[in-house]
Amino acid sequence: MKKILLTLALTFLLSLFTSVVFAQDPTPSDDEVNAVASQLYCPVCESTPLDVCPTEACRQWRDLIRQQLADGMTEDQIKQYFVDNYGARVLAEPPKQGSYWLFYILPPVIILAGAIILFRSLKAWTKPIAAPASSGAERSEPSKDEYVSKFEEELKKRK
Amino acid sequence: MTETTNPKRGVPIWVQIAIWLFIAALLALVGVTLSKRQQGTVQPGDTIPNFTLPLFSGYEYEGQNEVKLSAFEGKLVVLNFWASWCKPCEQEAAELEEAWEYYEPNGDVVFLGVDYVDTEPEARAYLKKFGITFFNGPDMGTKISQIFRVRGVPETYFIDQSGTLYYVKVGPFVSVDEIKSIIDQKLP
Amino acid sequence: MFAEFGYGILVVAFLVALYSVVAAIYGATNKSASLVESARRAMLLTFPLISIAAASLIYLLVNDHYEVSFVYEVTSRSMPTYLKITAWWGGQAGSLVFWSFLLSAFASAVTLRKWERDIEFLPWVIVVCSVTLIFFLGLVIFYENPFTRFWLVGGNVEPHMFAPLNATLFTAQDGQGLNPLLRHPGMVIHPPMLYLGFVSYVIPYAFAMAALITGRTDDRWIRLTRRWSLWAWLFLSFGLVLGGRWAYDVLGWGGYWGWDPVEIAAFMPWLTGTAFLHSVMIQEKRGLLKHWNMILVILTYSLVIFGTFLTRSGVLSSVHAFANSPIGPLFMGFVSLSLIVSIALVIWRWPDLQSETEMKSMLSREALFLLNNLLFMSILVVCFWGVIFPLASELFTGQKITVGPPFYERATAPLFSALLFLMAVAPLSAWGHSTVQTLGRAMWKSAVAASIVTVILFFTYTSKIGALIGFFLVTLILFVTFQEFWRGARARQKVQGENFFTALSRLMGRNRRRYGGYIIHISMALMAIGILGIEIFQTSTQGLLAQGEELEIAGYTVKYRELASWDDAGKGVNFTRATVDIYENGIYLGELNPRIDYYFDSQQNMTIPGNRSTFRDDLYILLVDWQPVSNMGATFKIYVNPLVNWLWIGSLLFLVGIIFAAWPDHDPAEEPVRNVRRVGQSSAAD
Repeated sequence: MKKILLTLALTFLLSLFTSVVFAQDPTPSDDEVNAVASQLYCPVCESTPLDVCPTEACRQWRDLIRQQLADGMTEDQIKQYFVDNYGARVLAEPPKQGSYWLFYILPPVIILAGAIILFRSLKAWTKPIAAPASSGAERSEPSKDEYVSKFEEELKKRK
Repeated sequence: MTETTNPKRGVPIWVQIAIWLFIAALLALVGVTLSKRQQGTVQPGDTIPNFTLPLFSGYEYEGQNEVKLSAFEGKLVVLNFWASWCKPCEQEAAELEEAWEYYEPNGDVVFLGVDYVDTEPEARAYLKKFGITFFNGPDMGTKISQIFRVRGVPETYFIDQSGTLYYVKVGPFVSVDEIKSIIDQKLP
Repeated sequence: MFAEFGYGILVVAFLVALYSVVAAIYGATNKSASLVESARRAMLLTFPLISIAAASLIYLLVNDHYEVSFVYEVTSRSMPTYLKITAWWGGQAGSLVFWSFLLSAFASAVTLRKWERDIEFLPWVIVVCSVTLIFFLGLVIFYENPFTRFWLVGGNVEPHMFAPLNATLFTAQDGQGLNPLLRHPGMVIHPPMLYLGFVSYVIPYAFAMAALITGRTDDRWIRLTRRWSLWAWLFLSFGLVLGGRWAYDVLGWGGYWGWDPVEIAAFMPWLTGTAFLHSVMIQEKRGLLKHWNMILVILTYSLVIFGTFLTRSGVLSSVHAFANSPIGPLFMGFVSLSLIVSIALVIWRWPDLQSETEMKSMLSREALFLLNNLLFMSILVVCFWGVIFPLASELFTGQKITVGPPFYERATAPLFSALLFLMAVAPLSAWGHSTVQTLGRAMWKSAVAASIVTVILFFTYTSKIGALIGFFLVTLILFVTFQEFWRGARARQKVQGENFFTALSRLMGRNRRRYGGYIIHISMALMAIGILGIEIFQTSTQGLLAQGEELEIAGYTVKYRELASWDDAGKGVNFTRATVDIYENGIYLGELNPRIDYYFDSQQNMTIPGNRSTFRDDLYILLVDWQPVSNMGATFKIYVNPLVNWLWIGSLLFLVGIIFAAWPDHDPAEEPVRNVRRVGQSSAAD
């Protein structure tokens, strides 16, 4: 009984959801098309998103997206269709799967490594504060005094 | 940023090795890519690996809706890349169909049309407009065009009976005779 | 006549440059002052020679000599004279001549300075400049010759430099004309600015190499090239900004920066150059980071050549890339050679490049500068990886992939934010030593003020968290920097008894680099406002309108009034221009004219937006499509880009800042800097 109720509830929810999708204008607006097209790249021209690409071929692809939206396909399904047909290069970035994990992992790893190296060298450098003799002038804090003393110094020099 | 306070210390040997390895790998990567870019399409004399071309609905090969290149061993294959958005392709469409109809009865030459990054409704309209009857299908995921490293459309590849490429035509054909003369080179 | 002459002169320049390299190396190794002097004169001679060759090329371009293939490719009779001149750098061959021309100009300028104190650098600076020059001239002479002419050989037209047997010269009726995208004023100046920036980085690199080769590894080379690297940075930055402005005005996609691989190729040397600009200050003031500065200048030079290579060789897939050309492998060889030689030199001299002092505090200005360097390097890693990974992917998996804006934006946004934060903190920290307390005391007022502004923005403008963080950082920078100006001027006022404005202007005049830097920081904050605006708040809509119909977006109403289309035979262009009326909340604001220009000679369309720009936002309208026959309606795409104007305002201020910092006053090499540290090590410094 519970199961049936659950299924009913689910179908109801689903129908709500799908009716939202299907109850759209029969021909999706340019904005709806562009919302999908902007996430896809033109398969024949280089690094141009589909929504701004002016060629005839791109116009056809936008019409295709419009048709697919009218047929009730979701954004993800349309993207998948484009990947199947024209290859992964139509996506704005590599799919987050398979061997492409390397693509997303490496930059943060390198940056982290750089940060660690920097931090460790900084620590190594700051430890031996063995030569404080010359630091008289440098220890001054960034307050007005530094400026005053600096300008007094400059004034003397200018004479 | 690996500065050190120890006086007169050189770069550790493993760091040197790592640096040179990195540079070598980088240069190799860019170099190989460059040479691939410069190489152009596959060249006559190259053996063409097998591939599968799914067919548009309305086309069938032995009851299947896809064809494999390997199925045509012993036959001469004319592989034409085209797209519905490609104007020059239209110039040669009728000629290709005419040549196909000329060779079809003998059965020793096969024409394959590969539709390069295109939308299906427009492609079908194109095929219908020019009444094209030889096998045609989309280049799914641009796999086939990558095998041939096509530079654009139209391009036509002639593969002999042993599966070896023997002629590449870049750009549209001007006449049926041009197509026939290339095919007849390899026909007994 | 002019073609042979120009080519001949280029060959002579090539030989002269070759001679200068040989003479400089021989003179340096055999301690022959006269040979080095001879090499210097040879180097000086290349500039007038290449200028003459360039003048012949311009003569051919301006006078419609369509028998010359380069002239045929980049000009047409309908182009105005100034465009025919700028077509010089509109094509591969010409732009390589342009590169050579700039390089010889800069190298000559450098060799003209007084060398008494640094004479041991001279031969090696000449070698590095000349080798680079030889490479570019070699490309021009052997592979991409702009003086090649068309010859009629047995019924075929073929390009050759010299007349083949039985050939007659062939002159085309008209040229193909410059790519219309390159006819925009922004594009006329954008490439030369980038080239200027690229080429001027050769000079600091040459000095760095000279320092490594001679073993004179103190900071002399940095002092000598300080101004060069500032000017190089100015040109490169200006070139990048102009490129962005050009994209915004001409490319018609509502933005200014698309993270296209070629844009990134120009951006990468800017990143290392900016890091270099900051880290040299640490070496000057504190004698630290000698290795790192060497690495940065080598990276910058390599990225300049590498970037030029990437854009020219067709390795990258990009709208900007020149078609496949034979110079790819040669560039590849040159990049490899310079990289390997420079790194080998650094490793060889590594033990001599030790620091003179130590760090004292994790919060000292030098430590914060290092953090700044880390951030710039991180952005570089992201960019480099995004450009290189598709190559690796294609090679190993056979699958072509795109790395587009979403990746770069996600990866660099936190890094840029951290840079903004540093920009607010670093000016308050002291060289040598700072603590959390001193920093906190210097900063709290600005932090409170910035928080108040952010809270006000939260209630009145936006509740987006990313935008609020951004606005907080921007206002923090502005408050901190203005406070610095105020404090400095007040201190001087107190000491000198001048009035506030005299004090301020004298203060700035006597610390050009410091206050120029602060102006640049302010401009960066303004630019950040523009970038936040367009990245976070951009909205757009598109629709097909019949005459009299309207589209609404973000409070604006756009009403399509009419469309006109006509040919301008003189310019060789067909214009299709729409007129739309703009209303905001019912109030009429005026009309805009988005249009599409069709160029007959190159058969290309250009989509020119109609743009209404205010401090608050830009209303950016594109004519996407129209029904030519019935004149029924037209499709418009409309963007509202909030705050983007601040990007351009910031850019202008940025220029002011760099020019202020870099303007020559007196010989920078004579300035007494690092006054405290000098005492103990005068023997090493001079």
